[in-house]
Parts: sequence; C-alpha cells; structure tokens
Amino acid sequence: MNALYVICGLGFLSLVAEIANLKKGLAIAILLGIVAAIGLMVTDWNTGLHYYNDMLVFDNFSVAYSTLILVIAIFWFWMSGDYFSRQSHETDRSALILFAISGAIIMVSFNNMAMLFLGIEILSISLYVLAGSNKESLLSNEASFKYFLMGSFATGFLLMGIALIYGATGSFHLATITAFISSNSSTLPGFFYAGVLLMLVGMAFKISAVPFHFWAPDVYEGSPVTITAFMSTIVKIAAIAAFYRIFSFCFGAVQSTWGIILQIITVLTLVVPNVTAVYQSNVKRMLAYSSVGHIGYILLAFIANSTTSTGTIFYYLTSYSITSIAAFSVLHEVENAKTTTGFDGLYKRNPLMAVVMTIAMLSLAGIPPLAGFFGKYMVFTQALNNGYSGVVIIAVITSLIGVFYYFRVIIGMFTKTGEEGPISISSSSSILMVLLLALILLIGVFPDRLISLLN
Amino acid sequence: MIPIDYYLWLSAVLFTIGVLGVLYRRNAIIIFMCIELMLNAVNLVMVAFSNYLNDASGQVFVFFIMAVAAAEVAVGLAILMMMYRNTRTTDINVLNRLKW
Repeated sequence: MNALYVICGLGFLSLVAEIANLKKGLAIAILLGIVAAIGLMVTDWNTGLHYYNDMLVFDNFSVAYSTLILVIAIFWFWMSGDYFSRQSHETDRSALILFAISGAIIMVSFNNMAMLFLGIEILSISLYVLAGSNKESLLSNEASFKYFLMGSFATGFLLMGIALIYGATGSFHLATITAFISSNSSTLPGFFYAGVLLMLVGMAFKISAVPFHFWAPDVYEGSPVTITAFMSTIVKIAAIAAFYRIFSFCFGAVQSTWGIILQIITVLTLVVPNVTAVYQSNVKRMLAYSSVGHIGYILLAFIANSTTSTGTIFYYLTSYSITSIAAFSVLHEVENAKTTTGFDGLYKRNPLMAVVMTIAMLSLAGIPPLAGFFGKYMVFTQALNNGYSGVVIIAVITSLIGVFYYFRVIIGMFTKTGEEGPISISSSSSILMVLLLALILLIGVFPDRLISLLN
Repeated sequence: MIPIDYYLWLSAVLFTIGVLGVLYRRNAIIIFMCIELMLNAVNLVMVAFSNYLNDASGQVFVFFIMAVAAAEVAVGLAILMMMYRNTRTTDINVLNRLKW
C-alpha cells in the first residue's frame, strides 16, 4: 500500500517539478522512487492487509503483480529516457505515466467494484493522452482517438455489468458478492447473468481478446513506440490480473454461464491474431498482433483451471513482458535511427541489437530453453491435464504459425542487406539490452521460483 | 411507487440507443454523446437499485461515474480538437490510415 502512495507522490512531484524548475533531477528521483516502491511492496508480502474500508487488499496475489508492474516500469523508464528528454512536456509525460502505473496497481489490488472502475479509468485516461503525445503525427492522433472511443465504449459495458450485479447481490464488495452467489445460486435473477456477461465483454475489450481486439493493432501501431511498449506490457499485466481477480475469485461459482463463452473467445484469440500477424510487413504491427495472440495462451491457462493456474499465468506474464520490453527496446533504437529498411540486415549494422532481437523473437515463439518456452509448456500441460486437448491442439498449431512470422524477422536481420550504415546506441541502452537478455535466459533456466511464488 | 422493472427497461432502452449510436453514427461529437447516454443509463440503474435495496453505496458509485465521465470527456474533447487541427473534420471516416 505504501508503494501506491510513493508512486502517486512521484506523480505529483513531477507536476511540481515543472513549476519549481527541478527538471534536472527528476529522472533520477523517479527511478529511486520506483526502487523504493518495490522495496515497500515486497515488505507487504504475506501480510494480506486491507485498506480503506476493505476497498483495496494487498494479498500475495496483488503484491506479486504490483511488484512485477513496478519492475517492468523500471525497465520501461530506462528504455525510454529519450521519450522524455527529446521533446517538450517532459514533466507532464512522466506524471501521466506514473499515474497510469498507480492505476495499474489499483487494478491488481481492488477488492471492490468501485476500485476496479477507478483503477481502469486512471490507467486508461492517462493512456488516451499518452497515445496521442506525438501531436503533429496524424497516426498518433488517430491511435489516441480510437483508443479513447473503444476504451470508453468498453467502460460503458463494464459499468452496466457492475450495476446489474449490484442490483442482484446488493453489494460492490467482492467477498460479499462471492458469498451471496454461493448461498443463493438457485435464486439469482436473470439480470445477474446478463451483468456477468456484460462485465466479460467489458474486460475482454480491456485485455483485447478477439472479437474485441480490433482497436489494439491500430492503437499499437499509431502510438509512439515507447507508449506501445507500455501498453503491451504494464497495461496487459494489470488487465489480466483484474480479469483473473473478478472471474476466478468472484464469479467462479457461476462458471457455467461464462465458461463456454470464454472458451470460444480463447479459441478465436489463439487463431485470428496469429494468422493475421503472418500478413504484416510492419514489425510494430506484427508485435501488436503477437501480443493479442499471447493473451490467447493466458486465457487458455485460465479456462484450464481457473483456481490453480495463478502461478502459471504469473510466470507467463513475467516472461512475456520481459521479452516484449527487450523486443521494444530494439525496435525503439531502430526507429530512432530513422532508417527506411527497418530490421533488414541489422546484424551487420549492430550485432548486439540483432542478437537481443533474435533471442526475444525466439522466446516469444517458445523455443527452449528461453522463458517463453516454459510459459507455453506449462499452459499446455495444465490444459491437457484438465481435458482441453482440442484447444491445446489448436494452440500448438497457432504457436507453430507464430514461429513462422517470428523467424521471418530473424532471417531478415541476418541474411538481407540493408543499405544504411551501422547504428550506434548509447551505452545505457546496451546495458539494458544485455540485462534483459540475461533475464530471459535466467527465467527460462530457473522457472521454479516464479511459478511456486503464487501456488 | 413505480416498480423496479420500469426503470430497468428504460435504462436498457437508453443503453441500447447509446450502443447503436456509437456503432452507426459517423460524427465524433455524436459518438461522444452516445457514450454519455450509455453511462447515464448505468447511472439510472444504479440509482434505481440503490433506492430499491435501501443501500446508499449505489448512489455513491453514481458520483464516481459522473466525476470520471467528466474527466473522460474533457480528455476526449481535447483529443478531438487535436485531430480537428490536423484534419479539419469531425467525421470519423477520415480515421483510416491505420489498417491492415
């Protein structure tokens, strides 16, 4: 909980820094602040304290996810230093990012529907602005506007769901709703089920599951690349955790209502984005589709067993977001170099970036011994053990399709020849890339600690 | 006293009008208003249930929704202004640069 205060305080500090002319030390202050927040968050482990009339709860689930969000946030700030320093509005941008992170922490630790709604909105409203932060670019405007329209449309569905569930159960409190459902399961009114399905639609928009994903590739492509990295890691973690918290903890007793619909959504989310990604020539858009595809594997773990898959989902999200940050840090440097050929012949122009990108692509494709492989392996075994062999076969086929489009990037980097000269990157980005590379290998070789963390 | 069903049907109709408006209208301002209509349908359900259940928390939630919706529209209109400066139109059919 103290970590949340620190993050919000840092957000206000960034706003004050503009007035008080403290911009010089701001980046260092933010970095130190987030490290302190991680420390404070870790001390909450195994306490399970409830705050604000039981509105927020920091049990092990939310502490683990909040820590993951904060760690990824450090990598993100490290990667995107020039997003702040190169253009104007440095303090506004860092304040918005910090408020978005605080929204993400609320989303993983809510214990009341009001907090879920506020967390989602704090996160989304900050991101609507950030997606359009490249004001002169029409693509960025369009991304921001589409994100805004789809986000608020989804919020409407989510709120209608919350309102109907409130009417049926008489409470916004997750524990009260759960208790009410289990004691009155036969006499629940029809609009309660309508409410659950409306919430499912609203959350499916937020996690960008097919068929509610169509905004995601457009928004990811149009936004500045650092914001895309933020959206496909931190926002995804928070949205999946919120989804898990509602549908596993709260609506587990009425799984017969939403289980079959979620299965259909899962199969669609596995097939559609992985097939569409094959036809993408733009690497940023390909990564957007691949991030939607990875949601499919996480949902597969969720439908396999919605109560014991916590560790698997946490491991999958960790490996996926660290790998994504690595891929986006390379993409960021390539876009900074303003080349026309993109990734073609990258190995000759900068071997380190090519190697990091290769490892990231291999990990996303699920090649052993990298982190992505164990994530997929555990999802598949868990789903097989619970009798979802049909969906697992589809998932294996889609991940083979995935191998195809990930390898196309790798082959382009090593065999094609780009006409431009070498790309030079700063030493801090090199250190970040090497660190992320080491983490991908480390998590892949020693997965046990992370998996057993939440089980 | 008016039965709760009437409120539910009224807000269901309002919500549906809002959803259809978002899906079919092409003018960005009208889409904003339709989203507001959806949120107000939710507010109506909340208040009706709150009165029906004799529980104030539904009405408190309505305040949250109103405050957040105001913030959302402020941001949304700013985004629309930014878009208008570059395209000189509020028709969302110009948003076609990003597609596969």
